[in-house]
Amino acid sequence: MSVRVTFASRSSRIGLALCAIGFVALAAAPAWGGRDDLQLLAQIYSYVALASLWNLLAGYAGLVSVGQQAYVGLGAYLLFAFGIFGGVPLLAAIPLAGLIAAAVAVPIAALVFRLRGHYFAIGTWIVAEVFRLTASQVSVLGGGSGTSLPASLIIAIAPSRQLRDFIEYWVALALVVAVLLLIVLLLRSRYGLALKAIRDSELAATCNGVDVIRTKILVYIVTAGATAMIGAFIFLQRLRISPDAAFSVNDWTAFVIFITVIGGIGRIEGPIVGTIVFFALRQTLADLGTVYLLMLGAVAIAIMLAAPKGIWGVVVARLGWQIFPLERRVIAESSPSHSTAVKA
Amino acid sequence: MTDWINVILQGVLVGGLYAMFAAGLSLIFGVMRLVNIAHGDLIVLAAYLALVATQTLGIGPLVSLLIVVPLMAAIGYALQRFILNRTLGEDLLPPLLVTFGLSVIIQNGLLALFTADDRKLDAGALEVATVRLVEGVYVGLLPLLQFAVAVAVIAALQFVFYRTALGRAFRATADSPQVAQLMGLDNRHVFALAMALSLAVVAIAGVFLAIRADFDPSIGPARLIFGFEAVIIGGLGSLWGTFAGGLVLGVAQAIGAHINPGWQILAGHIAFLVILAIRPEGLFTKGRA
Repeated sequence: MSVRVTFASRSSRIGLALCAIGFVALAAAPAWGGRDDLQLLAQIYSYVALASLWNLLAGYAGLVSVGQQAYVGLGAYLLFAFGIFGGVPLLAAIPLAGLIAAAVAVPIAALVFRLRGHYFAIGTWIVAEVFRLTASQVSVLGGGSGTSLPASLIIAIAPSRQLRDFIEYWVALALVVAVLLLIVLLLRSRYGLALKAIRDSELAATCNGVDVIRTKILVYIVTAGATAMIGAFIFLQRLRISPDAAFSVNDWTAFVIFITVIGGIGRIEGPIVGTIVFFALRQTLADLGTVYLLMLGAVAIAIMLAAPKGIWGVVVARLGWQIFPLERRVIAESSPSHSTAVKA
Repeated sequence: MTDWINVILQGVLVGGLYAMFAAGLSLIFGVMRLVNIAHGDLIVLAAYLALVATQTLGIGPLVSLLIVVPLMAAIGYALQRFILNRTLGEDLLPPLLVTFGLSVIIQNGLLALFTADDRKLDAGALEVATVRLVEGVYVGLLPLLQFAVAVAVIAALQFVFYRTALGRAFRATADSPQVAQLMGLDNRHVFALAMALSLAVVAIAGVFLAIRADFDPSIGPARLIFGFEAVIIGGLGSLWGTFAGGLVLGVAQAIGAHINPGWQILAGHIAFLVILAIRPEGLFTKGRA
């Protein structure tokens, strides 16, 4: 009798095939979409990436942060600083910003990990506030009122505006694919098994030899670096930065949390579904302004109370679908025709 | 010299207000391990309720406490009984996300009703009255009153917590909800009473905040953060520690503001982070947090 572990299922094979077709269609978007379509899609990608990263943090590692705007803003400010003072090409500044933010996250983790549970959440928020207030004291980057990217740096990306739009769009697509790939690979590695064990029971995970704190710190740092890269991209596209926009708790945390909760927390498909719902609602209800935000908060509360696993959680419970090959199945084969599967 | 005495004195007096922000937070965390992210927005909600009360009834802000305090307590009871009780359990996420959603709802609800304009409660002659302590050192009567109220609030909470049947119920459910229930306590009711008490304190804090300075719907989260910092600086599980934490935060902010007006809030956060780094269990407790 032999035993092997597989991740794929029939639905994940279909899912991945659909993803591949979708990716090709989206990569070809400059051929079929207008300028507005490309910008909207790039925004959607940014939110999918941010929400997926927050989901990794909160849904898998149990680190509920309400301060991820710290890294969005840090990445954005680093991009502006590298570009304006270092003359670094803007596209090269994105990964650089990610690396430095990950390095900054190390001492921050040492500090905020002293707080547990709910207190951790507010602690991360204070860190983000410190970053925001510090940024508004940096007068060379415009202080509280912010600054713009110089035209010369933007032209250096590509000479024509159309080509720049295309390149920025592909960068957004590449970033979101890289983030999703990173998360899938992480979850399939032994760290992924550790994370799922932590998600289900920290105590049981510890008893089985998982170094819970180390795993959590690793996830926190990786997430910080990746979040900063997305932040750098968002403000590269916006061309203008200010402390209030870059470190906005509404834009980079409230929306991201609502997206993840509505789509389904603790599942990689959740943030994708949530982002689609979020943008669909935004396109139809954006005129309502503050009432829209109010409704979003109410929907998130209703989902948390009625279906805490979100839309995708309901889909999984009813239909058992998974798009990404993540669920471990141990298959014991006595003979090729009689195999029994055990889900893990 | 008198300059610095004034700065520190102002910091201490504002610190009383921060202690009131913190006391309600500390109370519900102690009883049901819940951190209410909407705490700051509820403070602002209380300020707006007082605004409506003073404008429609033509009463002073201090008299409006007679309406705002019971009203906020009722809101707190209902909130806990009908929504927050359903989120309590092993998982930390539901209460956090629900109170976070609540925070966004209150902020945007207030924004829709009252716009983003600055508001303020007018306390009349009380606002400008001052008391001379020694030559060159003056304090406003209002900050002094606010400080005295803060001391009274903490003392009253301490009394309720350790000297009354209600306090015994709070402490029993905090220690072991299951055993408390076996002894005939209705935990859902006890938790709801704790939230009612927390929001009664929030109401007092909200009214004083609104007399002291301009407010608008967006300032809630910062009040939550001040309250939270005071709790951690003072150390979990001690009401007088929380009070002292508020004073430390107030003084740190006052010193920061005196050096550079842009550094007021930053100085408070940095004081908090330094204490978190060197003494995470808080300044005024013996045990670990």
